Amino acid sequence: MSEQDTGSVSDVLIKYYDGTERTATIVDEEVPYPDGKLIVSRTDPQGIITHANQAFVDMSAYTREELIGTNHYILRHPDMPAVAFQGLWETIESGKKWQGYVKNLRKDGKYYWVKATVIPNIRNGKLVGYTSVRRKPSRSKIRESEALYETLK
Amino acid sequence: MPFNFTVSPDFAPDHMSGWFYFNTWLQRKLGTDIHLELYDGFDSQRADIRAGKIDLIYANPYDASMLVREMGFKAVARPAGKRDEAVIVVPADSAVQQVEDLAEGIRIATTADPDVHTIGMIMLEPADLDAGNTEQREYDSYILIAKALMRGQADAGFFLKQGYDELSDLIKKQMRVIVSSQISVVHHALLVGPSMQDRFGELSEALISMKEDEKGLGVLESMGLQGWESMSVEQTEFMIDLIDTLID
Repeated sequence: MSEQDTGSVSDVLIKYYDGTERTATIVDEEVPYPDGKLIVSRTDPQGIITHANQAFVDMSAYTREELIGTNHYILRHPDMPAVAFQGLWETIESGKKWQGYVKNLRKDGKYYWVKATVIPNIRNGKLVGYTSVRRKPSRSKIRESEALYETLK
Repeated sequence: MPFNFTVSPDFAPDHMSGWFYFNTWLQRKLGTDIHLELYDGFDSQRADIRAGKIDLIYANPYDASMLVREMGFKAVARPAGKRDEAVIVVPADSAVQQVEDLAEGIRIATTADPDVHTIGMIMLEPADLDAGNTEQREYDSYILIAKALMRGQADAGFFLKQGYDELSDLIKKQMRVIVSSQISVVHHALLVGPSMQDRFGELSEALISMKEDEKGLGVLESMGLQGWESMSVEQTEFMIDLIDTLID
């Protein structure tokens, strides 16, 4: 748990790039990233989740059934600036690997930080989806990212 | 011309004879000559792979990427229930309790095993450690890493989890695991090169049923394996994509 966490609870309206929106309950409480684990998910080219490993299920607090078929943006925390995801999509749509630090939102409103890497899945020369692998970030990288994202909001 | 078969140099030395028994078993099953060539190091093996000298290989997941995507190899099977995981170990009397306690300048004992090294370095990231601010020394075996730790010549060591588990209790008592990877989907695989792919079907059939016959079971035991599982093209691609995300 971060030293700055207040544990405060608030309802926040999150608007997604595709025009949809939802009101999410946000709890200012970090869930520590488990040592040694990788969170793995795959999506189709539109960002719809097609695969979730157990670490993803555990850390997101959703069930596997809830995750599969849902857009990956369900994890987006309102503290993350839209421009960060714009950069992600521009990078992976051009066929390149993207790496960055992301604050993710859990189903219960709490959050967790990850170092995420996303790569396009190319089969027979054709894009069939994306694989995202998340690992444990350092506290210093989290602090740097918090400061940076604050200026980008 | 016999087919050429090789094994990733990270195999456990205790199972070396097992790979020769496996080669004999395979030649009988397929009714063809296969030459088994074992290498001391990854670099010399990779040079022969690139020179097109290899037709069949039990590859580590890191090399599988190059073999499948660049050399046209195809995965035929993977070892049942066996996954590649890494552990970071410190001397038992070390003050270090968790990865975040490791500081810049630490001396890391590692091997040339690309998977274990990559996973080990990833598990150091939460402490802001990387190749630039640590001192790394490569050892030829896990037992030598254990010795380096026990003699105070290294502050932390990377082991294949299985390699660590197989050390004697006496040695393990002098060390402590601070983090263990739980990736679950990274593993070795038996890959068939383009020149041998017309034998793919019979090879796959022989491997999957290997544990059913008495001789096959004995060979598997000598290799430290429980059996072979089939591996689809997509399962192979998925693992390679995952490995790609771990390599900077």
